[in-house]
Amino acid sequence: MLINEIASNINAQIHCIEGNENIDITKAFTSDLMSDVLTIEDSDVVLITGLANIQTIRTADMADIRCIILGRNKHPSSEMLELAEDIGITVLVCPLTLFHISGILYNKGINPILIK
Amino acid sequence: MKFEYKVQGGNFSKAGYASSDLKKILKQLNVNPAIIKRVVVALYEAEVNIVAHAYNGTITIDIDDKQVRIVLEDQGPGIPSIEQAMQKGFSTASPHVREMGFGAGMGLPNIKKNADVMNITSKVNVGTTVEIINYI
Ligand SMILES: Nc1ncnc2c1ncn2[C@@H]1O[C@H](COP(=O)(O)OP(=O)(O)OP(=O)(O)O)[C@@H](O)[C@H]1O
Ligand SMILES: [Mg+2]
Repeated sequence: MLINEIASNINAQIHCIEGNENIDITKAFTSDLMSDVLTIEDSDVVLITGLANIQTIRTADMADIRCIILGRNKHPSSEMLELAEDIGITVLVCPLTLFHISGILYNKGINPILIK
Repeated sequence: MKFEYKVQGGNFSKAGYASSDLKKILKQLNVNPAIIKRVVVALYEAEVNIVAHAYNGTITIDIDDKQVRIVLEDQGPGIPSIEQAMQKGFSTASPHVREMGFGAGMGLPNIKKNADVMNITSKVNVGTTVEIINYI
C-alpha cells in the first residue's frame, strides 16, 4: 500500500513524503519500544508508535524503516521533522489510537512482521 | 579509512549521530544494504548504551576493503557481570532512559546477533570497551 493510501485510510497528516511516494508498504509493527524496533529484519515496514522523539527517527533510519505513523496526535518537533526530511523518512500524524490504526491497516491487508 | 566520534553520556538528542554518518559512508562505498543494516544497528545499540549508561566515550571506526571494525570505549560505571548483561531482558536503565524508548535489555544481545565478531571488556568504575567487526 502506498503511503498516501495509508494516510487517507487513517485520516493522517503527511510530512516529508518527497521521494517516498512509490514505496509499497506491506507490513507494520506497532511499538513504543525502540529496542524492539531495532530487532526487525523485514523490509517495507511502517512503524506505528506513540513515541515522538528524535530517537524515533534515528531508530527508524537504522532499521531501514521509511515511514512512521505517530498515533493519538503526538506531534513531531521541528527538530524531528528536519532530521526526517534530511534522511528521507515520511512522518504521518494521526488522531487515532495505536490499536485503531493497527486494526484499520490490518483489515486493509497490511501484514505483521515475521517473528523469529 | 578511519573516523572518530565523541559521545556524551545522557545526551539523547545526539545519540545515533555516528551510526547515521556511518550509514551514509557505507552507502557511498556501495556496501550490500543487508550488511549496512547489520553494522549500523550494532553500532547504534552500542552508541545508545554509552548515552544511556556511561559518562562519555569515543567511537573509532576503521574501514578497509574486507571489514568494518568499530571500537567504542567509554568512561563510566562499567559492567559488573558481562554474562548477566548479555542476557535478553537484563537492564539497569533509568526511568529517563525508558521514557526515551530504551531499556528493554535487548541491546547487547542484538549487537551479538548483528556483528560478525563482538568483544566486550569492562572494568567497574572505570569503563567499558565494545569491539564490533563486520566483514563486507
Ligand atoms: N557502556 C555501558 N556502560 C555501563 N553499563 C552498560 C553499558 N552497556 C550496557 N551496560 C549494562 O548492560 C545492561 C544491558 O545492556 P543492553 O544494551 O542489553 O540493554 P539496555 O541498554 O538496558 O536496554 P536496550 O538496549 O534494550 O535499550 C544495561 O542495562 C547496563 O546495565
Ligand atoms: Mg542498550
